[in-house]
Amino acid sequence: METQIESAVWEKLQDVKDPEIPAVSMVEMGMIHAVDEQDGVVTVQVLPTFVGCPALDIMRNEIIRQLQTVEGVQEVRVTFVYDPAWTSERISEAGREKLRQFGIAPPPVNHKPGDPWQVDCPFCGSPYTTLDNLFGPAACRSILYCKQCKNPFEALKPI
Amino acid sequence: MANQHSITSADEAKQHPEYLAALKELLYQMADDDFILAYRGSEWLGLGPHIEEDVAFSSISQDTMGHAVMFYEMLEELGEGKADDLAQLREASAFRNAILVERPNGTGHYKENPHFDWGYAVTRFYLYGLFKQTRLESLVHSSYQPLTLAARKMLPELGYHLYHWQVWMNQLAVGSQEGYDRIMQGVEKVWQDAGDLFVFGSKEVDMVKFGLIESGQTLAQRWLEKAKQALDACVLPWPGMPQTTELSGRAGQHTPDLTEVLNTLSEVYRIDPAANW
Repeated sequence: METQIESAVWEKLQDVKDPEIPAVSMVEMGMIHAVDEQDGVVTVQVLPTFVGCPALDIMRNEIIRQLQTVEGVQEVRVTFVYDPAWTSERISEAGREKLRQFGIAPPPVNHKPGDPWQVDCPFCGSPYTTLDNLFGPAACRSILYCKQCKNPFEALKPI
Repeated sequence: MANQHSITSADEAKQHPEYLAALKELLYQMADDDFILAYRGSEWLGLGPHIEEDVAFSSISQDTMGHAVMFYEMLEELGEGKADDLAQLREASAFRNAILVERPNGTGHYKENPHFDWGYAVTRFYLYGLFKQTRLESLVHSSYQPLTLAARKMLPELGYHLYHWQVWMNQLAVGSQEGYDRIMQGVEKVWQDAGDLFVFGSKEVDMVKFGLIESGQTLAQRWLEKAKQALDACVLPWPGMPQTTELSGRAGQHTPDLTEVLNTLSEVYRIDPAANW
């Protein structure tokens, strides 16, 4: 059963954002696999999005900093786990909506490797977009252009 | 390999000395391959054909270095010392990377008169990527569970790298005579070192026996099929079987270029290994 501290921790984790996408919490990104609390020692299991993501250390420190403010928490341990593997399917509906508002197209739902990747513009919803660069400012994102509303935008890669 | 007993953690691996030795050797090869090639990729920053390519190539190099970090961290868990030290403080003769990844990008230096060869960059990164894909696909069935999880995670990421290089390769090879010629020269240059990729060194028999990975020969066959498809798609002639190389990177034999790479990349770290970043 979830302890009182564990529920408080889950709630607090909503305040921990992906440093590269400050609009979306790590919970909404589907990056928090499990939270466990024993006698005030909290263990948070985090699923990295991309193996080479340089933001992982920042996220670890931010989780520790935020959770230390939760009442009853003595110690915070963050471990990165790869089972299950994070996939873009794990992003919640709320997370997808916030990505869109932030100007990043969320990855398609039910995408299989090798499927064509159709991306709708996060600003005007048009499917009339072109891929400018498969690689963007972070490993997880690509750069696109909307021919309808003439805005450049980014999209999260499906993996 | 399916019948092999699965080892689920570093602590469990440490209880079997022969298994441990073979596992470490394999991890060094993979970590060093990715690390050194990622460094060579980083040297291209600011020198790519256009700014989008600088963004893409840096992202690919960063991701590849992230894969190397994951392998070095596995070695750390197995008692080899700090991951950062493994990457930055070992002598060249301790490195187990294939010769292909340490070759310079061209003549000159990235800070001075860089005459880098884009045809070689495209072919080297693409053909190495296909090799890495072949190796990871084998590791998905590895007896060392942390390695199977890592391989599963890396494969979709690598898919994006491969797609990028495949587009370059096709566009250059079918675009103009000069593009075709330079891709051809790139393939020939890669081929001179390709044989070394599939030599897994003195512990190869144990690696296979313990179900860590399939043999170099098996992987070479699969890579040759992938490479043949890739070259066919660009209407490039088939260069045949790669020859055995003079130097064997897996045995710690390297060119002076690797020493130069290591001196450059570890310069700051060596000044103060205890500094916080």
